Amino acid sequence: MTELAPSSQDAMAVVRAQNLGLTFPTNDGDVIALSDVNLTINKGEFVSFIGPSGCGKTTFLRTIADLEQPTSGTLTVNGTTPSDARLNRAYGYVFQAPALYPWRTIAQNVALPLEIMGLSDKAERIARTLELVNLTGFENKYPWQLSGGMQQRASIARALSFDADLLLMDEPFGALDEIVRDHLNSELLKLWARTRKTIAFVTHSIPEAVYLSTKIVVMSPRPGRVTDIIESDLPAERPLDIRETPEFLRLAARVRDGLRAGHSYEE
Amino acid sequence: MRQLLAGKTAPILIVLLAIGLFWYAAAIWMNAPWQTTLNQRAGLDSVGATEFIGQTWSQDKPVLPAPHQVAGEIWNATVGTDIASKRSLAYHASITLSATLLGFALGTLLGIGLAVVIVHNDASERSLMPWIIASQTIPILAIAPMVVVGLGAVGVTGLLPKALISMYLSFFPVVVGMVKGLRTPEAIQLDLMHTYSATPWQVFSKLRWPAAIPFLFASMKVGIAISLIGAVVGELSNNAGGGLGVRLLTGSYNGQTIQIWAALFIAAGLAAVLVIAVGAAERLVNRAMGARP
Repeated sequence: MTELAPSSQDAMAVVRAQNLGLTFPTNDGDVIALSDVNLTINKGEFVSFIGPSGCGKTTFLRTIADLEQPTSGTLTVNGTTPSDARLNRAYGYVFQAPALYPWRTIAQNVALPLEIMGLSDKAERIARTLELVNLTGFENKYPWQLSGGMQQRASIARALSFDADLLLMDEPFGALDEIVRDHLNSELLKLWARTRKTIAFVTHSIPEAVYLSTKIVVMSPRPGRVTDIIESDLPAERPLDIRETPEFLRLAARVRDGLRAGHSYEE
Repeated sequence: MRQLLAGKTAPILIVLLAIGLFWYAAAIWMNAPWQTTLNQRAGLDSVGATEFIGQTWSQDKPVLPAPHQVAGEIWNATVGTDIASKRSLAYHASITLSATLLGFALGTLLGIGLAVVIVHNDASERSLMPWIIASQTIPILAIAPMVVVGLGAVGVTGLLPKALISMYLSFFPVVVGMVKGLRTPEAIQLDLMHTYSATPWQVFSKLRWPAAIPFLFASMKVGIAISLIGAVVGELSNNAGGGLGVRLLTGSYNGQTIQIWAALFIAAGLAAVLVIAVGAAERLVNRAMGARP
């Protein structure tokens, strides 16, 4: 089931995984988090990773970010090792929780990576990225003064502030209620259209994955592996009510089938 | 009246009143035997109850001085005495205060330094922490004379030996609090720093240190109070240098109970002022760091 890596030109490949595996040693024996993952993420794509808990989707994202080390296979980011890509500031990472530093204002939080990387024109970058996530006017607020959705938007601005071309998002809207999540999903699509970034997005919501993505990677647990890669044929322009169209429902059904197949594999 | 009762003032006043009444009653009870002996020696046979009570509250060297005697002594020895005089409690308090502050500063720095080492090096936690804890199980009264006399033998006298004892006491809460504080950053906050390829110094200065500040202030409130105790205990071992500890010691040599109580109250008041000052600094820093009011 894993001969699915599309054979596009290497120049287009931002992330390229070949026979990638990752095993965590634990006291109860080894846990296989990723097994034989073959996948290419091309420039400008919006790729969602979907699957139940323990399917390795977050681990895969963390491996791209050099937060975990693969134990077998190869992984390149922008043609280099994940470690070099990290040092080259190839990606911005958005975590499940906003992880804003409570003693910094929103503007200061967005400035954090700029300070660490020693980038100039801080004010311009802060203003531009806060405008992208619709948080202009909240520069001097502290995180606790913002709602959960606004905090997560601030963390997205922070990930965008140093102009990495790749955005890694690990269930960024998982803790938010559905109304806020719908709103942020459509804002994220607009942001993606404006910035033309490559986005890798982990979720466990089928509608979210189908709504956002140009490519959906379905994963299955124990061992974490890719069971299906679905290229979306939805139009680039996606109003929220696209989710009632037959094309959308057909894609969602295929994702659901992929998830179910992954599960029956276990039994 | 109702407003007074609803606030904090009335309960505090009631407790103070109760303590005062208890104190005066205890003074009568504890000073009565000696007063009876005195009156017999003077041949006073028929002393009325009211007069007798008045006598127990105005002895020169009472077992328990009455509150107004202590208050009078504090007033006379501070406002009523030249500040440069060795009889001035303000003079002695300033000696104790300088040893306290120096020891507190040294202790806080030592505590922070040890905590930084411990947090960044697992081996040092296992090797240092048992000694740090053991250091606090030794009675300070046993160590203080050795430090003061030992350093005196090599010519180090005055402020520093006392400050070292304050440091010895006050570094401990700072180590324990700061180890905890420097470890409060969550995994994703540290991961975030890793994705920025931050240097260890950047992780420390931009994440661990600000995250530990609330713990630092909690530790410093404990540390400043025990610094004062350390300075007083240090002074007990060397009565040449002056200080509230020396006042306590000479008071007990000479049976000057009023002097002892006055020095005790000044020490307690000093401790309260210092803890309040640390609390005020904490509020200022909290506000600057955007804490929820």
